[in-house]
Amino acid sequence: MATPNTPLWEVFIRSRNGLAHKHCGSLHAADATMALQAARDVYTRRGEGLSIWVVPSNAITASDPSDKGMLFEPAESKIYRHPTFYDVPDEVGHM
Amino acid sequence: MSAASINVSETPLVLYTLRRADDALILGHRLSEWCGHAPMLEEDMALANMGLDLLGQARELYTYAAKVEDGGHDEDTFAFLRDVRQYRNLLLMELPNGDFARTMVRQIFYSAFADLYWRAMMKSSDATLAAIAAKSEKESAYHLRHCSEWVVRLGDGTEESHARAQGAIDDLWSFTGEMFAVDDAERALIDAGIAIDPAALRPHWLETVTGVAAEATLVLPRNDWMQQGGRIGRHSEHLGHLLSELQSLQRTFPGATW
Repeated sequence: MATPNTPLWEVFIRSRNGLAHKHCGSLHAADATMALQAARDVYTRRGEGLSIWVVPSNAITASDPSDKGMLFEPAESKIYRHPTFYDVPDEVGHM
Repeated sequence: MSAASINVSETPLVLYTLRRADDALILGHRLSEWCGHAPMLEEDMALANMGLDLLGQARELYTYAAKVEDGGHDEDTFAFLRDVRQYRNLLLMELPNGDFARTMVRQIFYSAFADLYWRAMMKSSDATLAAIAAKSEKESAYHLRHCSEWVVRLGDGTEESHARAQGAIDDLWSFTGEMFAVDDAERALIDAGIAIDPAALRPHWLETVTGVAAEATLVLPRNDWMQQGGRIGRHSEHLGHLLSELQSLQRTFPGATW
C-alpha cells in the first residue's frame, strides 16, 4: 500500500514495571501523536502494556543482512564467552 | 415466524437507563459498520475498539434497566426485541456514518459530552449508575482524545478534508441540542440526585468543541435551532434500517444461540 502521508513507525511496549520496552511490531500513522494512539489501539487491546514508545522506522539504523558473516559468525566459535564453565554450588540455586 | 416485540414498563429510572443504553448500543453499532472499511488498518482497529467500549456500556446499562424493571427482560431482549419507536437514543447516534470526517465529527460531539456526563455521574446517588460511570468515563476520555486529534488533522489538513469536516459540522450541529434536553421524568431523577442536569454541562462541552474546532480551523454554526425526538421514540428514517440489520437474526430465529 502506498502511504505517502502515513509513514511507518516501530512500536515498543513495556508490559510491566521493571521490564524493558520490547519491540512488538509496526504501524502506519501520520505523526507521533497518532502513532501512539494507533499503537494503543492495535497492540494493547488485551492488557499487554503499561507504557508505549513509538519510533519513526526511518530513524532506526539497521545492520546490513549481507554483513551477517562478518558481524556475527566470529562469535560462534568463542564458546568460552558463555558462562557455562563454572560449577555453581547447589546452595546458590537458580542464577 | 418472527419474534414479537416486548413491552417495557418505562418507570423514570428504567427509561433513563434505557436512553443511555440505547445511545451506547446505536453509536457502537454505527462504529462497528466501519469494521473492514476504515481508511487504514490502524483506524479500523480504533473504531472497532470504540464500538466495543460502547457495546460494553450498553450491556451494563441494559442489565441494570432489566433489574430495575423486574419484568423478566434482559440485555438481549432490550436490544433485539424492541421496535424503532421503543428506542430512546439520541438522533445523533443513529445518523449514518457518511465519510470518515462525518463519523469523527459525530463522535466528538458525543464524546465531548459523554466524557463530562460520565464524570459527573460518578457522583450519582445510584450506586450502580455511579459504578458504570466510573468505568465509562475512562473510555469516553480516550474516545474524545482520539477523535479530537482526527478532527484537528482533517480540518487543518487538505482543502478536501477541511470541506468534508466543515460540512459534517454544519449538518450535525442541530442534533447536538438533544444531549442537553431534560423532560419531567428526568427532572425528578435529577432532583433526587440519581441523574445529573446535562444543561449544566453545556458550557464546558461548548468550550471543548470550540477549542478543537479552532485548532482545526473549522467554524461552529451559530444557529441554535435543535432537532429532538429520539428520547421519546420519534426517530429519523435511518434507525429502522439499522435495527433491521442489528435484529435480523433474533427476529428470524427467536432465541437462537451459538
